[in-house]
Amino acid sequence: MAAQEQQQPQSRETESEVDVPEAPPAAPEAQASAATQGVDDLLDEIDGVLESNAEEFVRAFVQKGGQ
Amino acid sequence: MTARPEGVPSEKLPVGGAMRVMGSETEYGIHAPSAPGANATMMSARIIQAYASVTRQRAAGGAETRWDYTDEEPLHDARGWTLERASADPSQLTDQPPVLDAEAVALAYGRQELEADGADESGSLLMNMVLGNGARLYVDHAHPEYSSPEVTTPRDVVAWDAAGDLVALATVRRVAADPDLPAINLYKNNTDNKSVSYGSHENYLMPRSVPFGDIIRGLTPFFVSRQVVCGAGRVGLGQDSSTPGYQISQRADFFEAEVGLETTIRRPIINTRDEPHATADKYRRLHVIIGDANLSQVSNYLKFGTTAMVLSLIEAGQAPKIEVHEPVQALQTVSHDTSLTATVRLLDGRRVTALDIQWMYYEAAAKLAQESGVSDTFTGDGHTREVLERWEATLTALGGDLGAAASSVEWLAKMSLLDGYRNRDGLAWNDARLGLVDLQWSDIRPEKGLYYRLLSRDRMQRIVDDGAISRAVLEPPSDTRAYFRGKCVSSFGKDVVGASWDSVIFDVPGMGKLQRVPTREPLRGTEFLTGPLFRRHSDAASFLAELLGQNTAPPRA
Repeated sequence: MAAQEQQQPQSRETESEVDVPEAPPAAPEAQASAATQGVDDLLDEIDGVLESNAEEFVRAFVQKGGQ
Repeated sequence: MTARPEGVPSEKLPVGGAMRVMGSETEYGIHAPSAPGANATMMSARIIQAYASVTRQRAAGGAETRWDYTDEEPLHDARGWTLERASADPSQLTDQPPVLDAEAVALAYGRQELEADGADESGSLLMNMVLGNGARLYVDHAHPEYSSPEVTTPRDVVAWDAAGDLVALATVRRVAADPDLPAINLYKNNTDNKSVSYGSHENYLMPRSVPFGDIIRGLTPFFVSRQVVCGAGRVGLGQDSSTPGYQISQRADFFEAEVGLETTIRRPIINTRDEPHATADKYRRLHVIIGDANLSQVSNYLKFGTTAMVLSLIEAGQAPKIEVHEPVQALQTVSHDTSLTATVRLLDGRRVTALDIQWMYYEAAAKLAQESGVSDTFTGDGHTREVLERWEATLTALGGDLGAAASSVEWLAKMSLLDGYRNRDGLAWNDARLGLVDLQWSDIRPEKGLYYRLLSRDRMQRIVDDGAISRAVLEPPSDTRAYFRGKCVSSFGKDVVGASWDSVIFDVPGMGKLQRVPTREPLRGTEFLTGPLFRRHSDAASFLAELLGQNTAPPRA
């Protein structure tokens, strides 16, 4: 019944150089933390990432209908 | 086929659990901040064009292929009839290639530029590609859409869905590098908060023998409640966000019907589009339109994993026997209550929370999985057990310490960020900065997207590692027909003139007519069945000759 599991679809060794960007690197073994510690630090970082002029940016994000 | 030796993949998946042929579709929100009036369809075509240039660079010969529309049947209704074309909304006619109106193009970018480089050799803009990973990338209405290849496990859905976000990222980078084009942002969300919504769909293969009425009854209470696990969170209540606040789901306020064929108007909780993209008398492709697009891997994993298990319950006749009173209203009641204490009425008179409903489904799914053996640690299918464990852990956290679920449940992760801003800066829910946090949460650029900022700090859990996602950009899944499709595109791209979910079409010099290879069995065309064939042939002519069983195959190398 579990025959499929002998195949590991993600273990192939195909490597090719492309300019598809990689996702940001993971800190190995680190457990995601649900703790609120570091929230201020996080908000400070995000302050620097947020688009400037929130009101205008949000207002200009207008989409046409989709499914 | 002859009898298989031990250990060889079968063409059937274990039943009763979370394994199933399935796939995701993501319509990305699209926006050029420096050119806010730009035509959205034109910009979406730019995105497809950008990926074509990325793949052309990757593979000489062009790893791109046009879509074959032969088997699209968007007006077939699963309840047993076909909508007349004349009474269909134009947006339902998805079986015809979208035509880019030259006027719209000229309006958006000017005629000169179109003549210079906006068109391919045949004079039309590229609107549709089949990728080497088996996915489809195309312009759907006014959005770029990535449809993942068919996979068989919830873990693989997460990998190949996230691969779509890397494909989208590659296009955004490519456009940004062109000094003549305005930069384009893509967002993995479902609404502009100004009364427009666009979808993130799921597809699940089911036996056609399951009565559609059973699917409606079995799924509706589940869909009303599953958002507590896989909602992506939204600032604002109502389709136009006119009421300040925060809600669990991006999509809930846009649903107006219980059952129906439409996907763009009068959206129904259960969509009846009946395009199996496979042998029609054996299979049904259940098209689910009610989900939110997920960046959180755990929410995405559970969205597919638990829905696949509920379909197993329906197939086994073991879905909880409950019916929700006025499910559309209940869907919105659940979405609008972030305390998870609101109750909805069942037809038997009980009042229950969304979590109560989820627990009923969990208990039934765990029982069926145990009875059918798929959740066994040693002899199970290797996936169902993990889905059950994560489902149980998530429901437990949602019933107690909501903060404990903020690293996995997307609407809670987003809410923790919004609450941080509200507490620090005393912002009201209608403050534009909170709207921006909501929007920018889903920016697919890792340096701008707030989900990715949390991920980089390990505040979001991973289901698959980054290497697996990067590989899924290039490689098809090995265990479905997507392997055959993707390998045809990446190995013989210049001789493949079209492809769809259930066909690949070759135009090989010297073969006279087009060769259409049907792929109507989703679990055929796997690496096990066709990998050696790809490895034996370096040109399409000899590959096809052996595949089609002709005796003209040249001697093997």
